Amino acid sequence: MPLPALVVVPALVVCAAVLLPVFYLAVRAAGADEGVLALLGAARTVRVLLDTIVLAAAVTIGCVLIAVPLAWLTARTDLPGARIWTVLAALPLAVPSYIGGFVMATVFGPVGLVQRLLEPVTGLSRLPEIYGFTGAWLTLTLIAYPYVFLSVRAGLRGLDPSLEEASRSLGEGEWTTFRRVTLPLLRPWIQAGALLVALYVLSDFGAVSIMRFDSFTTAIYLQYQGAFNRSYAAVLSLVLVALAALLLLTDWTGRARFHRLGAGASKPVRMVPLRRWTGAALTVCALVALFAVALPVGVIIYWLMIGVREAEPVARALAPAARSLYASALGTIVALVAALPVAVLSARRGARVGGILRLMYVSYALPGLVIALSLVFFAARYAPAVYQSLGLLVFAYAVHFVPQAVGPLRSSLLQISPSQEEAARTLGRTAPEVIWSVTLPLVRPGMIAAAALVFLTIMKELPATLLLSPTGFDTLATSIWSYASEGRFARAASPALLLLAISSLSMWLLLGQDQERR
Amino acid sequence: MRYFAIGIVLVLVGSMVTGDTVRGQQPAVLTVYSGRAQPLVGPLLEQFGRTSGVQIRPRYGETTAIAATIMEEGPNSPADVYFAQDAGALGFLAYSGRLRRLPESVLHRVESRFRSVDGLWVGVSGRARVVVYNTRKVAPRDLPESIADFTHARWRGRIGWAPTNGSFQAHITAMRLVWGNERARRWLEGMRANGARAYPSNPAIVAAVGTGEIDVGFVNNYYLFQFLRERGDAFPARNYMFKGDDIGNLVNVAGVGIVDTSRNPGVALRLVEFLLSPEAQRHFANETYEYPLVKEVSAHAMLVPLAQIRTPRVDLNYLQALDATLRMLREVGLL
Repeated sequence: MPLPALVVVPALVVCAAVLLPVFYLAVRAAGADEGVLALLGAARTVRVLLDTIVLAAAVTIGCVLIAVPLAWLTARTDLPGARIWTVLAALPLAVPSYIGGFVMATVFGPVGLVQRLLEPVTGLSRLPEIYGFTGAWLTLTLIAYPYVFLSVRAGLRGLDPSLEEASRSLGEGEWTTFRRVTLPLLRPWIQAGALLVALYVLSDFGAVSIMRFDSFTTAIYLQYQGAFNRSYAAVLSLVLVALAALLLLTDWTGRARFHRLGAGASKPVRMVPLRRWTGAALTVCALVALFAVALPVGVIIYWLMIGVREAEPVARALAPAARSLYASALGTIVALVAALPVAVLSARRGARVGGILRLMYVSYALPGLVIALSLVFFAARYAPAVYQSLGLLVFAYAVHFVPQAVGPLRSSLLQISPSQEEAARTLGRTAPEVIWSVTLPLVRPGMIAAAALVFLTIMKELPATLLLSPTGFDTLATSIWSYASEGRFARAASPALLLLAISSLSMWLLLGQDQERR
Repeated sequence: MRYFAIGIVLVLVGSMVTGDTVRGQQPAVLTVYSGRAQPLVGPLLEQFGRTSGVQIRPRYGETTAIAATIMEEGPNSPADVYFAQDAGALGFLAYSGRLRRLPESVLHRVESRFRSVDGLWVGVSGRARVVVYNTRKVAPRDLPESIADFTHARWRGRIGWAPTNGSFQAHITAMRLVWGNERARRWLEGMRANGARAYPSNPAIVAAVGTGEIDVGFVNNYYLFQFLRERGDAFPARNYMFKGDDIGNLVNVAGVGIVDTSRNPGVALRLVEFLLSPEAQRHFANETYEYPLVKEVSAHAMLVPLAQIRTPRVDLNYLQALDATLRMLREVGLL
């Protein structure tokens, strides 16, 4: 089906917008002197790059191992309280990564809470060091696994169950069916989530700095902080871009087909009864929720309690909360609308076009500060009328987070048979009408996953908000940061708890949308 | 559905247009880019706004990110005043030609070591480098008289520092100037061999000293007081300053400059003068536990008097000096 200009042109415009940071980096990098070559070739730079790659790989594996079983348990079985477990499973994405790092240090630090709990029993006066690779891996895995969880969950929701039923009717057990039918069908979803995790780890600075792990972003930040050398920082950032591009080239789904062939509607999904495995399943969910949700919440409440004389009343955090909600809602809508044409083009035009389009994901590997500075550069110099306006901030959110939304949308589209759209065309609908009344409703699981992802990450976004928001536009994220950066954890606690509360409520509403059987 | 979509578009367009267009339409609006946190200086800026009738619009962020922002904004920067956490960022903006020269009357309110030699920025408060120590594990008499003695094996694995922190790097620069490069490098290598643990920030060090994760740390003096305020006097950490004019004691300045593209330089100057007034200087002395830099106001009783602290003049070629420090830190393997 030839795609209308309504899809192609917006898709290209969105890709160009998302690549703005890369254009900025090219401009800045051009101003670097030849000393930068020594920096690039230095043994330390190479080592830090390799360490970062290893961390990204390790975190990705950890996230997939946690998220896939969790997604299957909450979406495909008769797990009691599935909706609650779903919200809890998605929630860690709402925690800013530097807060996650502080939590890890407070709990598992050499003289942290766990050590103090265990000391009377074990006599250990210091725990083994959590700092460095271990701490960074643990923190990032627990914060980033929802990327895979939400993606795989949407995939399970959109999967046509007839293939699995065919497998079962041929006598295969649940586990074999899962391994040989479900899992391969979920590949684009797992890959989409894993890609986001890998790029996120490349871009993260908060968690690795608190956990004292020297990642590549540390090298970039040093150029800004120590040397005030934006050109060197740009060159290093382009290394991240190159790395991300390499990663994207390996992410390939080939000619595999993920939608249903043949006529008929798909059957409603049959929930797998857990029976005697219910206890074990609940234990798994509870363990993940304990480490990923209960720990941050508990530590934040602990900060509140030990500093109660300085704690902020929650009422003072309400205005920033309203602004966070407003900006996040706007940003989510814009990101979804922008991601849709890209996803449609990428899913319908084959792997090669899709691959080229998805090169825009390279921006996602950049640290938030770099993306923010790129928009400062373009907006202040070339569009000063909109500089530091809410619209520009929302645009910045979209530029940063459209890649997150494209993944689930594209995978959802791959699950829709083109024949359904073609049938609508033969019945007289125009291409835009087909998209509106046929494609969009079928893409709902992907849209919900994308909306959840983008909303949570915008709520906690920091660098762009600090630099591009209208003056005085405090959000919960900036309030938390302004206190935590000065060591005033008790005062940071109220906005932090409010952030988690709003995120939970939003997830409850959003993820409940697809609880009904299809 | 359709009307919902149209409504969203209208809201978006509307919010884009009603952005920051107030700039320049009202009299006496001052945009302050502050690398100092809102809890620290927000009340002071608001007070200036109230007493002067100027509408203050502060933007808070990290000092270096804000400096980079001013550079990227270029000629269209909305910033009038830049309030920096340390002299390095001010020196960089001055070097890049982004600061406007201040009048002599303002510059002479502080000693020459606390302002730019070209008159492009002025310090408004000073922070002392101190050793924060855990009171349960260390007594003041155990602490050495000179920072040089921390390379002794007695302190192995007990020290925390923050090599990525601007104040720390300024301290090393001063050390190089006073001790000479060779002795400074030997100190750094000795500290590294002694297992000094790197933390990302000063508050992280104070928190770690409080829990006993480390016994001593090199920080700026005022963080301890914030912890004491939050957690009470039972918090087991106190500050220690070295004897005499040991280079272990150092005063860093936080300061202000007027951005060259400011549309309100006259009003900006009034803010600078306010920050150097006795009223504001008393705020720094009593509320944030920093050193006031004007002669009329004296520091908190708990601090070693400013006159006793040796602060070498590093302003000339500041960035070259910082660059050499960073190179040394990298060569020793700390960065």
